Amino acid sequence: QDIDDVGHKYYLELVLEDVLDKDSTVNCTAEVLYHLGNNNIAPDVQVSLEGELKNTDEADNIFYHRIKSLEKELVAENIPDSYGNVPPEMEPIHLLAWVASGYVIWQNSTENTEFHLAQIKHVKQVKRSDEYLEFDYMILLHEMVSQEIIPWQMTVLWHPQHGVQVTQDSRQPKHASE
Amino acid sequence: HQVLRIKTRNEEEVKQLQLLESLEHLELDFWINPSSAALPVDVRIPANNVQAVKAFLESHGIQYSILIEDLQAVLDKEKEDMAYSQQKERSSSSFNYGTYHSLDSIYAELDHLASEYSNIVSKLQIGESYEKRPLYVLKFSTGGNNRPAIWMDAGIHSREWVTQASAIWMAKKIASDYGKDPSITSLLNKMDIFLLTVTNPDGYVFTHTTNRMWRKTRSRNPGSVCVGVDPNRNWDAGFGGPGASSNPCSDSYRGPHANSEVEVKSVVNFIKNHGNIRAFLTLHSYSQLLMYPYGYKCTEPADYAELDALGRAAASSIRSLYGTTFTVGSICTTIYQASGGSIDWSYDYGIKYSFAFELRDTGRYGFLLPASQIIPTAEETWLGLKKIMEHVRDNPY
Repeated sequence: QDIDDVGHKYYLELVLEDVLDKDSTVNCTAEVLYHLGNNNIAPDVQVSLEGELKNTDEADNIFYHRIKSLEKELVAENIPDSYGNVPPEMEPIHLLAWVASGYVIWQNSTENTEFHLAQIKHVKQVKRSDEYLEFDYMILLHEMVSQEIIPWQMTVLWHPQHGVQVTQDSRQPKHASE
Repeated sequence: HQVLRIKTRNEEEVKQLQLLESLEHLELDFWINPSSAALPVDVRIPANNVQAVKAFLESHGIQYSILIEDLQAVLDKEKEDMAYSQQKERSSSSFNYGTYHSLDSIYAELDHLASEYSNIVSKLQIGESYEKRPLYVLKFSTGGNNRPAIWMDAGIHSREWVTQASAIWMAKKIASDYGKDPSITSLLNKMDIFLLTVTNPDGYVFTHTTNRMWRKTRSRNPGSVCVGVDPNRNWDAGFGGPGASSNPCSDSYRGPHANSEVEVKSVVNFIKNHGNIRAFLTLHSYSQLLMYPYGYKCTEPADYAELDALGRAAASSIRSLYGTTFTVGSICTTIYQASGGSIDWSYDYGIKYSFAFELRDTGRYGFLLPASQIIPTAEETWLGLKKIMEHVRDNPY
């Protein structure tokens, strides 16, 4: 729908599929408004779920306590690796990056972009004194239309009850030598 | 040469053997030296001294038995066995199709396929990459003279690893299915297949050594620090139009002019020189798409109806195996406008059946598709390709 002087609005019907359980699906509808002219404003998004998302409390708490009880801060690289492998203990770190990158992608999307998380180049846990877990990620985003691989830094906070927050993110320069 | 096992019964006999040991002219080679009466003594004796040593032992009442009657025969047999098992290893699939391989490993397997299935498979070199790596095409043919042929290529974009991996699986599939699968058998009885498994070897090596996400060729761009041209924006089809970059640092840089990339030029030359290519099929990843021309313009090709129907039939075949869904349409309407693409060139050149596949997945792993998905991807894609090839076989033009 073209809305004069405002932008383009899209009406979507989607099916959400649980990545960890292909048979678990939820229908939803969404409205996305891309603003006219100004590409620096994220599109407006309204979503309604027709059903409930699965409860993940148990897995969340296991992961939370595992990280909280690490003696040394977690550090990892190349998730997945060149061959598509993700060590099982890194899978939650991978999924967290996926969710967080969704925010970054939303903030940077236009009608002419299609972003996907290509890889986590580097992740480092940042010890905090409060109850939150903090991770400093360097990710690679793949943009389909230009086919570019864009390095992006993002700082991610997470807590089992309080969810995900991206507190800082910035696009990084690509190395010309590569 | 013989090897004897000597059973000494006492210290006296051990001393006799040690005496024998000291006689250098006999050139005795003790595999177990005489040391104590409890242990046997094994000794290799050169042929011309065998009788003398045996006479010595017998005259002293020392017991012995022949461990190895003819050592040379044993060695010859061992060599034979080793050669056989080595050959067996090479001819049985010691090449693991379910994993990602280096360029050298893929190239070795091309040779192996050409040798194991030499009645229908041969390897041709159609050119060299920028960094002088050979560009190898496998030709599948049951004879004839310049029969109508199907062209297939993979890995034009080096980071799309599932395509090179699937291509080598398909090579094995075609070769081993001939004579067994009615469809492939009848296809190869009428037509040839040409398969370029690694279209961009320089890029492929670079993804292994330096940057897994490398897409382009590795050609130097004069006046720029940035390397490489997007080989799928470099074909002579709407070259310079929208959907390709003029910036050498871009991952969709079209290059200074059409066919500037030797990898592209080599394929163009091959196809023009062959003169009888009837289908042009190219593999990419990811997104699960099955596309026909055009990319450089958003207008329908003349054969739109037939290509769309055939594309849908192929997508249906793909889905039948594991439920993987492919979206069908022209490049421009399905992904984006992109100029200088290979199937646009092949179609405008006169090759009606021009299709581009984007294989698994849809973004969860993207380019980094786990190796466990290689064979399923190859299997399902193969069904789609076969559907198209059967149609080409049955609809000469």
